[in-house]
Amino acid sequence: MEISAFLLFWAAIFTSNILLTNFLGMCSYLSVSKEVESSMGLGIAVSFVLVFTTALNWLAYHYLLVPFHIEYLQYIVFIIVIAAFVQLLELLIERFAPALYYSLGIFLPLITVNCAIFGVSLFMVIRNYNFLQSIAYGFGSGLGWLLAILMLAGLRGKLREKMVPAGLRGTGISLIITGIMALAFVGFSGIAPIQ
Amino acid sequence: MTRKEIFINSAFTDNAVWKQILGICSSLAVTNLMMNSLIMGLGVTFALALSCLTVSIIREYTPRSVRMIAQTLIMAAYVIMVDIMLKAFLPDVSKQLGPYVGLIITNCILMGRLEAFASKNPPLDSVIDGIGAGLGYTMVLLVISFVRELFGFGTLFGFKIFGSWWTNWSIMVMAPSAFFLLALLIWFVNNKYYKVV
Repeated sequence: MEISAFLLFWAAIFTSNILLTNFLGMCSYLSVSKEVESSMGLGIAVSFVLVFTTALNWLAYHYLLVPFHIEYLQYIVFIIVIAAFVQLLELLIERFAPALYYSLGIFLPLITVNCAIFGVSLFMVIRNYNFLQSIAYGFGSGLGWLLAILMLAGLRGKLREKMVPAGLRGTGISLIITGIMALAFVGFSGIAPIQ
Repeated sequence: MTRKEIFINSAFTDNAVWKQILGICSSLAVTNLMMNSLIMGLGVTFALALSCLTVSIIREYTPRSVRMIAQTLIMAAYVIMVDIMLKAFLPDVSKQLGPYVGLIITNCILMGRLEAFASKNPPLDSVIDGIGAGLGYTMVLLVISFVRELFGFGTLFGFKIFGSWWTNWSIMVMAPSAFFLLALLIWFVNNKYYKVV
């Protein structure tokens, strides 16, 4: 409980990156990272949704589930909150910012099944964060995920014309790149432990 | 397809991890110990087989528009059962797996099999398909965790394999090794099983 929200924010980006150390959000990370622009769009959408769903789930957990002693229903409640929020966001963006909808809209349904969103809410409960810490952790995780997918998309763009062994093409080489990135991020660990 | 073919297909030919690249998160995160991998794999198989059964039974009464949310809630119910059982019978493993038990709900393998198979096929075939996909996933987890636990701790299922002369490779316990091992596994399978050249 003694970690400040500010420290937690930076720690979530670098020392315990949601993707490179906790392996969350791998599916969309591997499938969307072919282009830098779409990676950017998805990353921004993920960060935005993470901040709000973490806040909503924190409120739902502490004011709904804990008072009634039904903590075991947290999975169902969290999933419903995330799905409902994404749906609402989609409607709002479509109504008020059609231009944004066309560049970001296709990613929104993908986000509901992105395990990073759900995982951050679960980590928040397990590590007992307070409200401010949860928001900082959610936002930091989103930016960390954005950073990772942007790096992979840039590197994959460079690799497109290169000779890669046939069996490694696509997912295999992406995983190796991610492994090297994760090695680099291990260098940050120890600066600010958050567990 | 006969039932045997369905099983072989979903466990090997169409293996969720190495062929469809689904469920990568948990196959990387829980594979530092073989025990955790085994429990996680069996948990996924249990939740997957029962969700396949349920979705397949109600497939003709589920309107298309609420299909996704109905499937998610069915999965969530079984995952909660897995979670409560683990907390009751294997509290240590449950603590180590942490959020990854709950994350079975967003594991794409489940949604993938429900969408692609169980919502179109009769119950018994769906259960066989679910068990096949679950065991195929367990197999991948065990292969990766075998290497990681053996070199990272010098043990298998907690039993000492290497003597005191062994120096643990701390890289195997950390995140990067999981990425490298999964990439090598996919490479190997592509070359030997699918004959990609």
